Amino acid sequence: MAAFLKHLFFWLVVRPIVLVLLGLNVRRRELLPTDGPAILVANHNSHLDTLVLMALLPAGLLPRVRPVAAADYFLRNRLMAWFSLRVIGILPVSRQGRKPGTDPLAEADAALDRREVVILFPEGTRGEPESLAHLKSGVAHLALAHPEAPLLPVFLHGLGKSLPKGAFLPVPFFCDVFVGEPLYGGEERWAGDAHRLLDGLNGSLKELASEGSFPEWT
Amino acid sequence: MIGSLKPPVVWALGAIFGVLLLATVVVAILKWRRPGKASDELGVRIRSWWVMATVFTLALVLSRRTSLVFFAFLSFLALKEYLSLIPTRRADRRVLLWAYLAIPLQYWWIATDWYGMFIIFIPVYMFLLLPLQMVLVGDTRGFLKAVGTLHWGLMVTVFAISHVACLLALPEGTNPVGGGPALVLFLVLLTEFNDVAQFIWGKLLGKRAAVPTVSPNKTVAGFVGGALTTVGLALLMAPWLTPFSRREAVVVGLILGVGGFIGDVIISAVKRDLGVKDSGAMLPGHGGVLDRIDSLTFTAPLFFHYVRYFH
Repeated sequence: MAAFLKHLFFWLVVRPIVLVLLGLNVRRRELLPTDGPAILVANHNSHLDTLVLMALLPAGLLPRVRPVAAADYFLRNRLMAWFSLRVIGILPVSRQGRKPGTDPLAEADAALDRREVVILFPEGTRGEPESLAHLKSGVAHLALAHPEAPLLPVFLHGLGKSLPKGAFLPVPFFCDVFVGEPLYGGEERWAGDAHRLLDGLNGSLKELASEGSFPEWT
Repeated sequence: MIGSLKPPVVWALGAIFGVLLLATVVVAILKWRRPGKASDELGVRIRSWWVMATVFTLALVLSRRTSLVFFAFLSFLALKEYLSLIPTRRADRRVLLWAYLAIPLQYWWIATDWYGMFIIFIPVYMFLLLPLQMVLVGDTRGFLKAVGTLHWGLMVTVFAISHVACLLALPEGTNPVGGGPALVLFLVLLTEFNDVAQFIWGKLLGKRAAVPTVSPNKTVAGFVGGALTTVGLALLMAPWLTPFSRREAVVVGLILGVGGFIGDVIISAVKRDLGVKDSGAMLPGHGGVLDRIDSLTFTAPLFFHYVRYFH
C-alpha cells in the first residue's frame, strides 16, 4: 500500500512538476546508483531537493529510497507525519540536542544494512537559498561505518530559486543536477577519520558547484 | 486530423522526413569513412532534428488546438530558459509567476480569434502590469534592469513566437492553397532551413566574420549564401504552400533569410553578454530551445505581418 502510494505520488505529482514544470539539466546521470546500499549527499536549498533526487533514481528503486529528514519539521502534526513516513518514507532524525549514548543517524544506519538508498543533506537545514553552509559530521560517520556503500556527492542549483524556504508556489526555472564521482568510506586516504572524509566531501561538492556559471540571484 | 490537411502540407511534411532520412544516411557514411568527433556531433544534431520534426509534425497534424498547445509550450520552454539564464531578483518570484501566466492568455486570444487583444496584450498590458507588480513588491534595487529584462524576454519568447501560431487564426481565404497550417510549415521550414544553409555556406566558403564582436562563427559568405539559398527554396515551395507570386516569394525569402540572421545574432549577443555558450541543454547537439528558435523570434512577426497586410 505504502509503495503504491509512493509510486502514485511520484507519477502524478512529482515527475510532472520536476520534469515538465521545472526541467532538469543532469550531468553524469549514469553515476547515480541503480541499487542499494548507497548514500546520496547533496546541498540543501529547497523541499524540491529530495523530490528531484528521488525522481532521478530508477522507479523500481523508489520504495527503497529513504531521505533523512528533520523530525521536528516533518513529524510536526499527524497528517504531515503520515505523509512523510508512509508516502515519502523519510528516516526521521532529531535535530535537538543529542542524548548521550544515542546515534541520531541510527535509522539511516539500519537502512543501509537493509541495502536501501539513503539521501542526506549534511548542511542540516535548507538555510539561505543557493549557498552552501558548513557540513555536519554525521554523514562521515555513516560512510565510515558502511565502506560498502558508495557516497555520491550531488550538487543542486536552481531549486532554491524555484521554491525557497517559506515559499508556497514553485516558480519554473531550469535546474542543474551535477552528479560527482562516488567516494567510499573504506578509502585509505581518510584513514578512518571522519573529518578528513568530510573535507573530501566538501571539496567534491565545491568542485561540482564550480562546474556551472550561475546567474546572480539576490 | 490528417484528413483535414491539404495535400501540399502532407507532401511537404513527407519531403522534410525524406531530407532527414537522406541526411541520416549521409552522416552514417561519413561516420564510417571518416570517424571522429565532427561526424559524431553531426549525428547527435540530426537525431535531435528527428525528434523536433516529429513533435512539430504531430502538433501541426493533429488539430488546431494541439498546434496552439504546442506553441504555447514552446514559449514556456523558451521563457523558462531565458529566466534561468538572466540574473533575477529573489523579491520578484511572484512577478515571474505573473509573467508565466501571460503565456496561456496570449494563446487564448489566438484560440478565440481576438486579434486586437493578441497584438496589444504583451506590448501594452503586460508592459504596464509587470512594473506595477514590482512596485508592490517594493524593492527598488536593480528595479529598471529587472523590469526591462523581464519584459524583453516576454516579448521575444512569448509575443514573437505566438505569431507563428497566429497564422492559424488568419481568416479563411487568406491562403487558399493550404490554409494556416501551410503558412506555419512554410515559415518554420524556411527559417530552420535558412539556419542550416547559413551554417553550411559558412563552413564551405566563410572567411570574413559578419559581426565579429558578437559571433565570430557567422560569416558574410554564410549569411549571403544562406539567404540566397532560402530565396531559392521559397521560390520552389511558395506555389505549393502559400498564396505568394514569384516576385513575392523572392521578397519573403529575403525577409526570412535576413530576419533569421538578425534573430540569430541577437540571441548570440544576449548569450555573450551573459557569458554562456548555449541557452540550455535540452536539445543535444543544438543547445537549448532558445538556440533553436532564435531566428524564429525575428522571422515570425515579420512573416505574419507580411501575410496579414498583403493577403
